[in-house]
Amino acid sequence: MIQETLIPKVGVVTDIRKDTPDVKTFRVVGTDGKKLFEHMPGQCAMVSIPGVGECMFSITSSPTNKEYMEFSIKKCGCVTEVIHALEVGAQVTVRGPYGKNFPVEGEFKGKDLLFIAGGIGLAPLRSVINYVRHYRNNYGKVVIVYGARSKDDLVDIEEIKTEWMNEPNTEVYLTIDREQEGWDGHVGFVPAYVKELGLNPNMTAVLCGPPIMIKFTLAGLLELGFDKSRVYTTLELRMKCGVGKCGRCNVGDKFVCKDGPVFRMTELDELPDEY
Amino acid sequence: MFRIAKEKLNELYAKINESMGLYIPIKKAGEVNYHVWGEGKEVSLETLKTVKSPKNMFFPQTEDMMKFKTEGNNIEIIDARFEKRPFVLFGVKACDYKAIEVLDKVFLAEPVDTFYQMRREATTIVTLACSKPEESCFCTVFGIDPTAAYGDVTTWLEGEYLYWQANTEKGEALTSLVGGLLEADNGNAVEAQKEATKKVLEKLPFAALDLSRFKPENLNELFNAPEWQEMSEACLGCGTCTFVCPTCQCFDIRDFKTNNGVIRYRCWDSCMYSDFTLMAHGNSRNTQMQRFRQRFMHKLVYYPSQNDGLYSCVGCGRCVNKCPQRLNIVKVIKTLGGEKK
Ligand SMILES: Cc1cc2nc3c(=O)[nH]c(=O)nc-3n(C[C@H](O)[C@H](O)[C@H](O)COP(=O)(O)OP(=O)(O)OC[C@H]3O[C@@H](n4cnc5c(N)ncnc54)[C@H](O)[C@@H]3O)c2cc1C
Ligand code: SF4
Ligand code: SF4
Ligand code: FES
Repeated sequence: MIQETLIPKVGVVTDIRKDTPDVKTFRVVGTDGKKLFEHMPGQCAMVSIPGVGECMFSITSSPTNKEYMEFSIKKCGCVTEVIHALEVGAQVTVRGPYGKNFPVEGEFKGKDLLFIAGGIGLAPLRSVINYVRHYRNNYGKVVIVYGARSKDDLVDIEEIKTEWMNEPNTEVYLTIDREQEGWDGHVGFVPAYVKELGLNPNMTAVLCGPPIMIKFTLAGLLELGFDKSRVYTTLELRMKCGVGKCGRCNVGDKFVCKDGPVFRMTELDELPDEY
Repeated sequence: MFRIAKEKLNELYAKINESMGLYIPIKKAGEVNYHVWGEGKEVSLETLKTVKSPKNMFFPQTEDMMKFKTEGNNIEIIDARFEKRPFVLFGVKACDYKAIEVLDKVFLAEPVDTFYQMRREATTIVTLACSKPEESCFCTVFGIDPTAAYGDVTTWLEGEYLYWQANTEKGEALTSLVGGLLEADNGNAVEAQKEATKKVLEKLPFAALDLSRFKPENLNELFNAPEWQEMSEACLGCGTCTFVCPTCQCFDIRDFKTNNGVIRYRCWDSCMYSDFTLMAHGNSRNTQMQRFRQRFMHKLVYYPSQNDGLYSCVGCGRCVNKCPQRLNIVKVIKTLGGEKK
């Protein structure tokens, strides 16, 4: 097989989970049944259906999983629509991993970690959270705040309920936007919930979700006394090459595909406001 | 230094062409561009600005990357490249040569773009020094000396001769290949030409453009400059400036369905186009002002900030000549940077 940055590998879909009405999680391995490549939490890959197109997705599985990779994919356009119609056994192409990862072996070590996700924003965080759970002793307390439109839009709810909620020294807070039958948990938007929870501002925080959620949640965290240099997020811009050459994801002197998608809030402050 | 009489140049081209490919400015349908040389073709070495820059040789306007064959569930990926035969790119002007260095920093940076690398390594570049710069030229603003020895071989056209100097190993190899046609020269004619050209360069209308404000530390200040609005108002978003530009490098990757599988190719793209950054949930650059600003900020601030101060404009003046709306980088530099007294 050719080892090329723009030439993908063939992957086989071995499992499909319907998480929400518009999100499915796809498990992918190589044609030899083995994992296609290694990655670190926060990195992404280009998944493609030849003849339809190529899209960037976070690798949502943890690197500690040595058997396969997973992508949680929201249906929202041409390519994702075709991906959603795939069945187990279908082949796709994959290339990667791309981008900088969360500093799980750097700044995160020994810290209390706060993960805040909205909707499909859980995809990149799931990789970090499961990595942290795997090397649990390397990190302090873990707090997870996750919100979605409705209870049916919470991605990976099974794993959250059966595994994350039972993890020692870990708190999980779920919320949905509006009252819903069969939901007795918290109701309200993520930014407001975060403020209500009165979280300890010494934690290192990671925010992933729609831009509007990030904006308001960040403002809330700053009010609580969080330090911007210890708040991380990911950016999403249109991408083609994934390696800083096609020019598409350029913002200021950064290429999001190569210098991101993980950024510290203080780094974003230095970028022109165009993302 | 060597020389060859002008009337013998066809013999020189033929000699190169025996063992390598030869691309050279050739007039076709009223336009001069780099084309494959052949007996009887109208070579126009002196043309300063070919319409398309030679970047086409390494980074073609469209290029097949791979093929997919699908059968049932199975996908087979076939590398669509073929070995590139060594070739000579002849008559490259200093600005276009420097532009290749700008592209090298993008495509040859890790992870290397092997499509580009393959073509680049197969090339021997023969530059031709400029002796008659045009009014739209401003390479000197970027520290480029169009009389100097760039490339694997540098040539100078003066009087009845083409003067020849090898600069690299590849250049030496080419020199031995055509050695039988060259005669030794003392270099005096070239020195005299250089002196004369330098005098012309000093007087070019854009020679005093001031780049000192275009520094990484001024990134946000320049980005937020109110002048962008007015400067960009007439822009049609046609992308001409990006296609003729020797340093513009943006590309798209697309799939094309044929009867015999899918071809994935790449092609030039333009940050001037509204769908360049369009996503399912919105667009990070909604207005033509933002797209116009992106092109020039990238050349004058973002690229230099990533590449030790090297600008991604070489002052070739193509955008000055070709924009239907008479917008160009010179106006941007004048407006935001001014001119030296
Ligand atoms: C770093 C990164 C990580 C991502 N991670 C995930 C993830 O884990 N799960 C997930 O569901 N989605 C993720 N996305 C978004 C995903 O790439 C888009 O939803 C997808 O490209 C939409 O493609 P489409 O053809 O279905 O949509 P269309 O709107 O039909 O696409 C048209 C074109 O726009 C591009 N495009 C559209 N929306 C986006 C977008 N939001 N971001 C980038 N390009 C876009 C497509 O690639 C395509 O070229 C990520 C995007 C980036 C940049
Ligand atoms: S600056 Fe001129 S050439 Fe470039 S896109 Fe605008 S109108 Fe076209
Ligand atoms: S921006 Fe204009 S002058 Fe500068 S290199 Fe490109 S085409 Fe030439
Ligand atoms: S996706 Fe091509 S430069 Fe980032």
